[in-house]
Amino acid sequence: MHDISTHPVAHHAPPETFIRKYIFSLDHKVIGKQYYGLALVAVFIGMGLSWLMRLHLGWTNMSIPGLELLSKNGAPGGIMTPEYYLQLMTMHGTIMVFFVLTTAPFAAFGNFFLPIQVGAEDMPFPRFNMMSFWVTFVAFLVLMASFFAGDGPSLAGWTQYAPLSAVGAVAGPGQGLGEVLWASSIAIFCIGQLLGSLNFITTTLDMRTRGMSMMRLPLSAWAWFITSVMGLTAFAVLMPACILLILDHVAGTSFFVPGGLVLNDQLQPHSGGSTLLWQHLFWFFGHPEVYIAIIPGMGIVSHVLIANMRRPMLSHRVLIYSMAALGVLSYMVYGHHMFVSGMNPLSSLAFSFPTLIITIPSTIVVLIWIGSLYGSKLRINTASLFALGFISMFVSGGVSGFFLAQPSIDIILHATYFVVGHFHLVMAVAAIFGIFAGTYFWFPKMFGRMMNETLGKIHFWFSFVGAYCIFMPFHYLGIAGNVRRYQAFVDDFMQPLIPVHKFITVAALVTGAAQLIFLYNLIHSRWWGEPAPLNPWEATSLEWSTPTSPPPFDNFGGKHPVVYHDPYQYGVESSTGDYVMQDSPEKVQSALPEEA
Amino acid sequence: MNRWKVVAGTAVFLLVCGSSMMLTRNVSAAAEGKVTGTVKLDGTPPHQRPIDMSKEPSCQQQHAGKPVTTENVVAGPNGGLEWVTVYISEGLSAGAASATPSTPQKFDQRGCQYIPHVMAVDVNEHFQVTNSDQTSHNIHPQPKPGGGNHEWNKSQPPGSPPFDIAWTAEEVSIPVKCNIHPWMHGYHTVVKGPHAVTNADGTYTLENVPPGNYTLTAWQETYGTQTQKVTVAAGKPATADFTFKAK
Amino acid sequence: MPAKTGAGLKPEFVYEASMAKIFAITIVLIAIGSAIPIVLHTWYLPQDISTHGPLIDEQFSETMAEAGISFLAAQIILAAFIWIYSKPAAGTKIKTFPGGAMGLVIAAFLLVGTEVLALGAFGAKAWASVYFTPPAANALTIQSQAGQFAFYFRYPGPDGKFGQIHPELVNEGSQNFFGLDLDHDPAAKDDIVTAEMAVPVNREVHLLMHSKDLGHSFFVRELRIQQDFVPGLDVSVHFTANKTGKYEIVCTQLCGLGHYNMKAYLEVMSEADYETWLKQQATMQ
Repeated sequence: MHDISTHPVAHHAPPETFIRKYIFSLDHKVIGKQYYGLALVAVFIGMGLSWLMRLHLGWTNMSIPGLELLSKNGAPGGIMTPEYYLQLMTMHGTIMVFFVLTTAPFAAFGNFFLPIQVGAEDMPFPRFNMMSFWVTFVAFLVLMASFFAGDGPSLAGWTQYAPLSAVGAVAGPGQGLGEVLWASSIAIFCIGQLLGSLNFITTTLDMRTRGMSMMRLPLSAWAWFITSVMGLTAFAVLMPACILLILDHVAGTSFFVPGGLVLNDQLQPHSGGSTLLWQHLFWFFGHPEVYIAIIPGMGIVSHVLIANMRRPMLSHRVLIYSMAALGVLSYMVYGHHMFVSGMNPLSSLAFSFPTLIITIPSTIVVLIWIGSLYGSKLRINTASLFALGFISMFVSGGVSGFFLAQPSIDIILHATYFVVGHFHLVMAVAAIFGIFAGTYFWFPKMFGRMMNETLGKIHFWFSFVGAYCIFMPFHYLGIAGNVRRYQAFVDDFMQPLIPVHKFITVAALVTGAAQLIFLYNLIHSRWWGEPAPLNPWEATSLEWSTPTSPPPFDNFGGKHPVVYHDPYQYGVESSTGDYVMQDSPEKVQSALPEEA
Repeated sequence: MNRWKVVAGTAVFLLVCGSSMMLTRNVSAAAEGKVTGTVKLDGTPPHQRPIDMSKEPSCQQQHAGKPVTTENVVAGPNGGLEWVTVYISEGLSAGAASATPSTPQKFDQRGCQYIPHVMAVDVNEHFQVTNSDQTSHNIHPQPKPGGGNHEWNKSQPPGSPPFDIAWTAEEVSIPVKCNIHPWMHGYHTVVKGPHAVTNADGTYTLENVPPGNYTLTAWQETYGTQTQKVTVAAGKPATADFTFKAK
Repeated sequence: MPAKTGAGLKPEFVYEASMAKIFAITIVLIAIGSAIPIVLHTWYLPQDISTHGPLIDEQFSETMAEAGISFLAAQIILAAFIWIYSKPAAGTKIKTFPGGAMGLVIAAFLLVGTEVLALGAFGAKAWASVYFTPPAANALTIQSQAGQFAFYFRYPGPDGKFGQIHPELVNEGSQNFFGLDLDHDPAAKDDIVTAEMAVPVNREVHLLMHSKDLGHSFFVRELRIQQDFVPGLDVSVHFTANKTGKYEIVCTQLCGLGHYNMKAYLEVMSEADYETWLKQQATMQ
């Protein structure tokens, strides 16, 4: 590892033109904000789609005013058709998983803060970095285009199981052009992520400033590093899978389609393919993907909590090893999505053991967080509230995983709302809370202004209580036998559960509306927020050492910082108070029995 | 003097044109003919299987006591074949067209069946598809690829407005199915000119047929087509019977 | 609240204890509130009508107890710590959790490790009873076919043999769902194709599963059976229903626009009623 503090500063010149400054920027900070903006647009579209879905589930044959303007075929007379529900559902999942949960915690905050936290002035490949955003943006446009394709977007869910996803338009509306657009969009997205991962890994390994050993990296930086290594391997499998899927559509191949299939009384012209092959390829990506969605959140939440607890975590190393263990184990568990898929039942048992074992690092992480709260000096602000909320949500979402990890129990819970509740709690809530915690915490550094704390707390309360009101009942529905991905519940068995759905819909609309408070706060504070001190949270890591907020073009104003301390020197006595910043040469006595 | 000749000539010309137009119309109305007939099946019709609608209780209830069967061959007690489309396949002049019905035909989904089972329409004739059931249906016509009509597949939830549909090319016949209720099966026969579908006793009437020599075609979904030459004279309804042989 | 400074005083952060307390109470209320419907079985597992079901249900209850305890403990301790440590007295020093990180790591490995391995080992028994035991020799063999958007079933008839499936002969409008060649295949002639699945009570059923077109799944909640249909692959399950009644078979693998309405009814009948039903179905072929 080389020491960049002797390098000349600023290996690319500051931008001059509007286009270079704000559009095709090489600056990791601008790229980070562009990713954040993309995620913001995507999350509101995704949330709007979920509102339409929830309205339809609660009140199935009701005409939703104006819906026929969105799609004449999809909602004749404003009444959503079965296929339109599935199309909205597919787009909801795809947008949220790819363009929100992979983008915001990792690409947005990571791009902005990883180089700063390692003490560099930018990432080593700024052009690849710029391309990674614009490729992701193109992927988003391609996906959105499927709304305007012939008979609409794909209806095969974000999981796109074959043969439904592979046989073409004969399987249903949206499975022709809509499907090809979906697969193309995701293949393009993978390229963007690979370019991004390249930069993150090399930044972490090669661009650390003098004194910044790997163990002195903040937990958020470690989380981004682990995530980027996972991204490289996971997206590298999804991309060829999507290409094979496209070939099945346009080139007459049969990678995922066996022979002898009859649709609409017509024998399909395919043979030799394997439907399970798609599931293996997809979930080999898909399970690491959900950890890609949560690990940055763990890093961000740890980082935010430490500053607000005024103490480091009980063990910095254990958290790093646990996050790394989660990353490695995540590749070994993917078959738990396929317990009843028709694969060898022995394989199911084999996959269930690592799935159960992965509980251990998850538990360690939660215990370390809670154990670190003990004896701390806990500051309550919007950022710390969301970070603490993350812990609560991660516990709730995690325990339901306990059930799903066992194949025998999966027999009765697979494909029910129990699964939907599980993954929404960990992804839609916990991961989003991580994004919120990061936003409220880092906003002052990114824009030089504080977000409004009152609005932030209102946003938090609605989100925390609202999210539980929405997603806790999903588990009861699943246990009672409510099957997922149904656009309506038409059979007698389901009728007693419909009032629960109505309750959930109301909770979803209210909680969703509260997110507009966040949007308002974000936009208003960006231009009219209270000017922020350089280090409003009295935090220690390098991002708080930048000479300005937002940081100057080369992050540290013409020099590389030199690091003298571990990342979280709190609980000490120093000239600044109870903390010392990483690049401060001041020697302090560590107040706690810290592991080396 | 020349001026008077021109005026007189124009007046006569106009008179002749006008009266000939009127006379032609009167003559056409009186002379437009009919073709009637019966389509029969010679032999035993193949066994029509009962349809079990248990997966859709709201439809199953509508048929309690009167079981429903497939409609591939529907033969009456005297051998009359229902659901046969009869139309003019040759001999129609390019300009002639049958009158478009004043109210659009309805292709209804009721009791999880298509009513009518076979519907004959003109090219570009607008008709309605309606859903009278409590369940959603998807309407999925499958015209021949490359034939000019395009396949489509749309759902119609209960309570949604009727679909307005028109086919743009002749086709005998377009199968229509519902994927949600796989037993649902019907046909649209798209032709130019006078057409009819036989009723329960196998009889049909073609209206508004201009006098002339024609080839008539009868199409039945299991047995295919049969043709017959027929001459329609002014004021004299013609008859054309068809007989399909049971396999 | 941002740091306040007074003359000569070190900046001391103002801690917002009241919001912390409300937060702590909210967490506890939500945790307990979430547990109530589970404890009261407000919306709970449907009745079990299968012979292998009790093993699964026992596994489920054990998991619920352990998950429930972990859930409540974690949330309540989290809430307690938020309450206690959000109002530090002036001059308080940071304290370390007794045992530090190592203690917690060991606890995680021991408690969680043994718990999950135990659950895994016991769960394997329930799984094995479904998947690693072969069907009984005298099991009633029924074939089920899943295809957009209905299930159809086939009983082999007196000859005990299923006729060959010819995909190119499938014609739903004529009710030939399985693509049987009734004119030339003697084994197919006596097959009984039905839209409902009837089984005799207390008799083992060996269900062969064939997909006509795409991925589907066979789920009967009360039977504690869920298994995907895989196009191109012969899969099967076996079960014994021990209570008469009418139950739903629902598709749980997204298969297109009609997925939500893809169901059939399972009727568990006495042996006599079943024979009557089968004879009646034979007349409807």
